[in-house]
Amino acid sequence: MIIKRFKLKKGLDINLQGRAALNTTEVAAVGTFAVMPDDFNGFKPKPVVKEGDIVKAGDALLVNKEQPELKVVSPVSGKVSAIVRGERRKLLSVNVEADAEQQYKQFSVSNVASMSGEELKALLLESGLFAFIKQRPFDIVANPEDTPKGIFVSLFSKMPLAQDFSYIVKGNEKYVSAALDALSKIAPVSVSICKEQEGQLDIAIEKASMYVFDGPNPSGNVGVQINHIAPVNKGEVVWTVGGEELIFIGKLLLEGKVDLTRCVAVAGSEIAEPHYVRTLIGASLANVLKGNLKSQEHVRIINGNPLVGTRAGLDAYLSARATEVTAIPEGDDKDEVLGWIMPRFNDYSTSRSYFTWLQGKRKEYNLDARIKGGERHIIMSGEYDRYLPMDIYGGFLIKAILTGDLDRMEALGIYEVAPEDFAVAEFADSSKLELQRIVREGIELLRKEL
Amino acid sequence: MSFIKSIFDKTRPMFSEGGKLKSFRSVYDGFETFLLVPNATSRSGASIHDAIDSKRIMSMVVIALLPAMLFGMYNIGYQHYALAGIEGSMWELFAYGALALLPKIVVSYAVGLGVEFIVAQYKHEEIQEGYLVTGLLIPLILPINCPLWMMAVAIAFAVIFAKEIFGGTGMNIFNVALVARAFLFFSYSSKMTGDEVWVARESIFGLGKDIPDSVTCATPLAEAGSGQMSASLSDMVVGLIPGSVGETSVIAIAIGAVLLLWTGIASWKTMLSVFVGGGLTAALFQAAGSTPIEWYEHIVLGGFCFGAVFMATDPVTSARTEGGKYVYGFLIGVIAVLVRVLNPGYPEGMMLAILFMNLFAPLIDYCFVQRNINRRMKRAKIANG
Repeated sequence: MIIKRFKLKKGLDINLQGRAALNTTEVAAVGTFAVMPDDFNGFKPKPVVKEGDIVKAGDALLVNKEQPELKVVSPVSGKVSAIVRGERRKLLSVNVEADAEQQYKQFSVSNVASMSGEELKALLLESGLFAFIKQRPFDIVANPEDTPKGIFVSLFSKMPLAQDFSYIVKGNEKYVSAALDALSKIAPVSVSICKEQEGQLDIAIEKASMYVFDGPNPSGNVGVQINHIAPVNKGEVVWTVGGEELIFIGKLLLEGKVDLTRCVAVAGSEIAEPHYVRTLIGASLANVLKGNLKSQEHVRIINGNPLVGTRAGLDAYLSARATEVTAIPEGDDKDEVLGWIMPRFNDYSTSRSYFTWLQGKRKEYNLDARIKGGERHIIMSGEYDRYLPMDIYGGFLIKAILTGDLDRMEALGIYEVAPEDFAVAEFADSSKLELQRIVREGIELLRKEL
Repeated sequence: MSFIKSIFDKTRPMFSEGGKLKSFRSVYDGFETFLLVPNATSRSGASIHDAIDSKRIMSMVVIALLPAMLFGMYNIGYQHYALAGIEGSMWELFAYGALALLPKIVVSYAVGLGVEFIVAQYKHEEIQEGYLVTGLLIPLILPINCPLWMMAVAIAFAVIFAKEIFGGTGMNIFNVALVARAFLFFSYSSKMTGDEVWVARESIFGLGKDIPDSVTCATPLAEAGSGQMSASLSDMVVGLIPGSVGETSVIAIAIGAVLLLWTGIASWKTMLSVFVGGGLTAALFQAAGSTPIEWYEHIVLGGFCFGAVFMATDPVTSARTEGGKYVYGFLIGVIAVLVRVLNPGYPEGMMLAILFMNLFAPLIDYCFVQRNINRRMKRAKIANG
């Protein structure tokens, strides 16, 4: 049942070349898979396996040092081939060599319908799926001891080249419904869809409230949606779950196994045939992109979409939270002369000092990874607020973070934001500040002090 | 293109740490980023970026200033020839004005950018392009007869004490160009006001002729203060009146305003509010009979338009909240006319009005941001019982 509709004006849709076509190929579960604790913000990893151990899909690889019941599990069955550590013995990844035939750890789910919220939480913890639930404030892995005010799910993303949830949910509707029903035992669940999805999604939603958002990116960000539905106040906690993660939970509840299969959008102007690839979390990007890259040099491969994803190489693995793998030109081999005064017809800008406004909204752009300007102090005013559809003064919040003023960060609403909410502002920022990094650092600073 | 790149690639070692010319590293970097788009790519966060940067923004403002500058050049010649009582072709007038103004622009950029380069070198930072705009603004808001050395001193003072000590472009509280003007206004007021300063007095390379000291010419605004004004309204709008170099032509300023508003670099909220505030206050005074000129003459005369379009909208020193921009602009308009009417000693109120409101912009923002904070606190209080 649709409770309320929201129309957002602020924000920006960026049309990039190489959107994924709606067809899917499979990448078999072969070779090395890696689970990276950095994908789980706020999780303090402690490996519970040794090199050479045999694991099943769903067996724990890592536990949280402070709460051992919080686990990260293996996406595949096989042999632990390496525990990779970096500087100062920081744990980077646990690598598992996949078996030819996949074996799943079985979880008892016969009494799901009659489970209480606490029992469900215990099941999610045991299966490792709890680590995929995030919380606001702080945008970190949720704390199982909290009682959240609500659970929020966004079923769409308007990020450039983003995965189209309406496409990947086809055939998986029952899992989403089952997951939503179950989660509503823990706390009231709010589901947000976009205007284009209305009437398109065939998901039976009985116990959750539904909201419709109409507006440009970042209207698909769950943080933006929470700010409009029920803003997070100091002292409150809400949980957030992604759309594809609902499918993981649904599969666990209906089939008793942990199946971390993602259908990622492989997209971008450097991808020969942009389309969807069905694979498991932790798959090697070389396998995901095999034969599909236009060139090998001066290419940036991104774990995620170009606005919030992290830069990766072909030797990297699919990040646990990434719903797309994108490739765009790096641009470090380009030399443009006098760019500050040239018309630059093929470049994209929100500013009318360029000619983007002349080219229509349908034009697809091939943007590279150059910053295209030097870092400056914040000069223009209101630039961030234009792309932040929340009741928050973005520029003032960023300044509060930069000066390390905890009280002011709190007063200006840092509990309500995640780095991704500033992604569009970071794109459009004429001062070229790394807003997402700044917001993350602000959040970390606040967490340490509390 | 590759030719320019290879020059920079070859000379880079000389300017790097340990090279012979390492003290000029900031100059080298400045020129490199000026000629070539830096191809540094992002390390964290967003992998794609908008093509806009502060260089583009500042150059747009400079372009927006060009009509006022070009007309100013013509008007310098026009006023000189009129006062000297000689005839000249349009190009002669323009050439005279250009020759009179160019040394000012050159000195302004040399001094200001010199300070910027030194500071950037000292702080190991990139050159900030804010001075590109300031450097052109300053000659345009001064009388043409202001001596070069005075301007140089004022610029050095303003750039160091109004900008660099606060941390550079983006951190300053006061508009740098106006601080330079205020410095001159209070230190050398004989060269900034009065009837002798508005018209170039010397012959340049055979153009024009020397004008004796006894011949003077007041600005219409000063004339209005003493009761008789000779300029017609059309002259005021076109700009063929004595005054600071760039401020006389409403039409030339309007062309710049259109560009600034279209590109979104200047806030229409601020600009509009200045005119509304100034117009209303002037109309009020006119109704009360305390000003000898029409309300719209207040708007077109003196530095009102120039200040409203190019100074009040400076994003760094103006209010940064959207609501605050209305308040900020409105009060600038009000105070500018207030100063003009109530204090005949200062015929030009715009400079003081903007500097005064620069000081209060943070307070205006505080009120608007505090409302947001209070709303959030109230919400939390209700939620937590």
